[in-house]
Amino acid sequence: MAVLIFLAAFIAASIPLSWLFRAGLARALPRHMAVVARDMPLTAAFGLWVIALYILVAFFAPLLAPFPERAVVGTQFQPWDSAHWLGTDRLGRDMLSRLIYGARNTVGIAFATTALAFIVGSLLGIWAALRGGWLDQVLSRFVDALMAIPSLIFSLLLLTIFGTTVMTLIFVIAAVDATRVYRIARSVAQGVVVMDYIEAARLRGEGNWYLIRREILPNALAPLVAEFGLRFCFVFLTISSLSFLGLGIQPPTADWGSMVRDNATLITFGDVTPLLPAGAIALLTVAVNFVVDWQLYRASGLKEQG
Amino acid sequence: MTDRSHHTGMTRRGLLKGATALGAAGLILPASYRKAQAAPNKGGTFRIGLGHGNSTDGYDPGLWDNLYAQVFAAARHNQLIEVDADGQLIPEIAESWESPDGQTWIFRIRQGVTFHSGKNLTVEDVIASLNHHRGEDATSAIKQFFDPVQDIRADGQNVVVTLDAPNGDFAYLMSDYHLAIMPSADGRIDPSSTDGCGPYIVESYEPGVQASLNRNPDYWKSDRAHFDRVEILAILDSAARLNALMTGQVELIDQIDPATIGMLEARGVANILSIPGNAHYVFPMDARAAPFSDNNVRLALKYAIDRQQMVDTILGGHGAVSNDNPIGPANRYFYADMEPKSFDPDRARFYLREAGMDSLTVDLHVADAAFSGAVDAGALFAETAAQAGININLIREPNDGYWDNVWMQKPFVASYWGGRAVEDHMFTTGYAAGATWNDSFWSHDRFNELLVQARSEVDEDLRREMYQEMQRIVSFEGSVIIPMNNNFVMATATNVATPEQISANWNLDGFRCVERWWFA
Amino acid sequence: MHAVVVMILQRLALGVLTLFVVSLVIFGATELLPGDLASSLLGQSATPETVAALRRQMGLDLPAPVRYWDWLTGVLQGDFGVSLATRRPIADMLSARLGNTVFLALYAAAIAVPLSLILGVLAALWRNSIFDRVANAGALSAISFPEFFVAYILIFLLAQSGYFPSMTRLSPAMSLGDKLYVTFLPALTLTLVVTAHMMRMTRAAIINLMASPYIEMARLKGLSPLRIVLRHALPNALAPIINVIALNLAYLITGVVVVEVVFVYPGLGQLMVDSVSKRDIAVVQAIALIFASAYVLLNLTADVLSTLTNPRLMRRK
Repeated sequence: MAVLIFLAAFIAASIPLSWLFRAGLARALPRHMAVVARDMPLTAAFGLWVIALYILVAFFAPLLAPFPERAVVGTQFQPWDSAHWLGTDRLGRDMLSRLIYGARNTVGIAFATTALAFIVGSLLGIWAALRGGWLDQVLSRFVDALMAIPSLIFSLLLLTIFGTTVMTLIFVIAAVDATRVYRIARSVAQGVVVMDYIEAARLRGEGNWYLIRREILPNALAPLVAEFGLRFCFVFLTISSLSFLGLGIQPPTADWGSMVRDNATLITFGDVTPLLPAGAIALLTVAVNFVVDWQLYRASGLKEQG
Repeated sequence: MTDRSHHTGMTRRGLLKGATALGAAGLILPASYRKAQAAPNKGGTFRIGLGHGNSTDGYDPGLWDNLYAQVFAAARHNQLIEVDADGQLIPEIAESWESPDGQTWIFRIRQGVTFHSGKNLTVEDVIASLNHHRGEDATSAIKQFFDPVQDIRADGQNVVVTLDAPNGDFAYLMSDYHLAIMPSADGRIDPSSTDGCGPYIVESYEPGVQASLNRNPDYWKSDRAHFDRVEILAILDSAARLNALMTGQVELIDQIDPATIGMLEARGVANILSIPGNAHYVFPMDARAAPFSDNNVRLALKYAIDRQQMVDTILGGHGAVSNDNPIGPANRYFYADMEPKSFDPDRARFYLREAGMDSLTVDLHVADAAFSGAVDAGALFAETAAQAGININLIREPNDGYWDNVWMQKPFVASYWGGRAVEDHMFTTGYAAGATWNDSFWSHDRFNELLVQARSEVDEDLRREMYQEMQRIVSFEGSVIIPMNNNFVMATATNVATPEQISANWNLDGFRCVERWWFA
Repeated sequence: MHAVVVMILQRLALGVLTLFVVSLVIFGATELLPGDLASSLLGQSATPETVAALRRQMGLDLPAPVRYWDWLTGVLQGDFGVSLATRRPIADMLSARLGNTVFLALYAAAIAVPLSLILGVLAALWRNSIFDRVANAGALSAISFPEFFVAYILIFLLAQSGYFPSMTRLSPAMSLGDKLYVTFLPALTLTLVVTAHMMRMTRAAIINLMASPYIEMARLKGLSPLRIVLRHALPNALAPIINVIALNLAYLITGVVVVEVVFVYPGLGQLMVDSVSKRDIAVVQAIALIFASAYVLLNLTADVLSTLTNPRLMRRK
């Protein structure tokens, strides 16, 4: 019940906040961008200010957090009070501080992973579509095979083989995600490469790299951006599921996925602690996708009112 | 591999690693238990939810390695010898046993016992069951303990075992859970059969899911096996186990997340059983490798750990502080008065300076496969050590393959012991120079000398002195950090009754809750 | 029609190739894992002698290519072999669990697919309304909670109060009704996990078409918005929706190990994870092939269906 009231209050508060944020943006930005800001729907404004908030929190984590990330500052599971606003976790570390540092670690890792997956996946996908022939066949069949292996189990295999440092974690999740991106990028690019202007560019003697960068990528961006929004958020979930299976981010680093896992049993007794990191992930997911939706409509030329 | 996680518990170790608590401290039971002490009621279906059991579990008794296999085995099999709740050896399929010289052992086999299939139990069955773990081609986890056995033969109603050298504790081996007595044909048992002579008959078994058993109407023990039916379920997720108990879908669960014990108690729907024993958690350091080759470094680390905090946080209070001593309070010669090591950052710094260092950085490799809570324990250790200028780099390894790739491979890791009934067993398997499980690769001349002397010492006081000196040596010069003794913690529905004394030699009343407990 | 048959045959041939590559990748990866079946069966109590004896007994001392070839020739003759860990025929071990996995996937799909189609159509119909916003945000929140966490919350709300069992104990004698009842919570968990994706795609695909001239035409004719969406937009939006549904169905079959663990559901995912950790390669391979086949077949079905729903695609080749 308390959760529902909190949720209602949060939504009620975020509407005027989003409105103010939009109005502020419209005033602060230079003229041509201010138009865009003024026309954006309230949901997108909400998404933007949440993302801005997360970035600020991530950036200034050491200043904002009342306690260090990994210090044991109390006893196990202290209740919420004036010293520890959100109580303490299973080792007696300050929950709020870990959430704040978690923003930095989690968002950083998720961004690095998704960016890597998109760079590799979309470049390979577009390249395959552009070149066609045996290269396309070999790459596509191989990607098909990798996609046919359940991603969680495949990540598990790779992490067990290569170890569980943050770097391998990023590479493994990115590699698995890249196969999905490859497929989308290739299918979109296939639609583009048959266009006349690509043929014209080829006849002008432009190289592959130019074609990808200047002709294909801009025209294939919209679906890729949409995918980026979801993939970005799925990284948290993958990390969370991996820590459910005993892998995941190295302790004592705070990250939301593992924090959900570590405290999850408490929900059995009706304790809301694990809802905090889960809520942090959910809020970011919603925010990112609101912005992505808005961008998509702008790209598709369909006018939105809101 | 998940197993996940949440996957391994305290029973990975094979033989004898969790031996008995001779004269184990009496367990104080909740009042509701004592009320139920009268005569055990008969009947009911006892459902057990265990955090163990994989879909890959096989039938071969030589490869039983988790609590699920152990409880399932205790429900359908008997051994030659049983360890009772006080830690004493008592007759089971062997009516009696004796050894004139410690080298020849004679076990008198009980007559009139039948297997579930109706076959009569014979001396040949016993010999075949033992031989399954012995010999060149044996693949049993306890094969090495049969190495000293030269011959096993029948002599009328007796089984005679000849060793290559005297061993006063040999009978103890016969109580090992791998040594189920199974029916034989042509001198061999069928390791894939579930036929036994134990309290319950297997109705169905699906590995990693569940086993259903019904009471054996012909069971030779008349005062045991009170339930009509036993169902053993594999519930690997700890929240799922808690929920199953709280919603009345099972009557007993193991491996309770310490963080939730208090909340479970507050619900009032379950009784918590917390059985102290000799089991302990340990951080072995490779004594051959720098910097651990310097005892000052080891001492610095020993003073940089907050033992009480570990007991409170990692065990939820269900355990006791240990002074780097593998011998537990339930052992005969336990050195209780040894000066304790409290968390003392200044002292840790002092030893660090003695070692010629200003600061120290070491990698600690952990996984929850080592013991549940090992990763958290490592995180706590790293925090307290930081206050003493020691930087512990915590590295979480995958649970999968932990015993293959990390334990005894990396220089500083986490591990556990079930403890041992006898001091000599503990020291010989874990601390003697070159022992198979000497996971700190430690070798100490005086210690090794005492170990041999103490075995043959007859003067009780001298023997006590020797064992206590050895405990001191391990504690202050050894290469293991033993912060805590962990209790066996389980939770039952409120209608489950147990005997006053619960065995501390293994979890779940020495695996025998199925035949010793009843419904109130 | 002929084009469709050719396409199916082509894709089936490619599917076999995919399965072959999958088996190679899985075999290679399992070989690369540290340790092998013998050492993991013996665990901490392994000694070099017992490990060697076990290896000999199980044929693990043969070189990897030989073992792969033996396995491959067996499979080509329809024999999946025997699990080295349990010494049971793999076909027996898998059949019951495969049935369970498919049952749960179909159950979840039977709730999730209609639900997401309805929600998606309504959201498109009333786009930018409160309903649209709430449905969108709700769906996004649902997918951003880890599966096990959704499961715990459902157990807390629906199992502790006694409405549904927290644990799914199946027995062969169960009636379908009982089975649907005990597996309701895992099915509901999976529904929450997959609905968002399908719903968003339905909404997006329809809205995408709403600006096209023929919809504009229909609108000018004065048709009701619901009729426009259902009769004019939805049929043409089906192709991407079918593709997303196929992907999610494949996920329901292959990706639910975590839900299986939480609800103690005896499906294939748990068996695969256990077998990987025991290095029981033959079992891992068999399950990987089942998963890969499900994936290939579902994608093929989706492509055939979307071709059939779009006559232009049929005529293209």
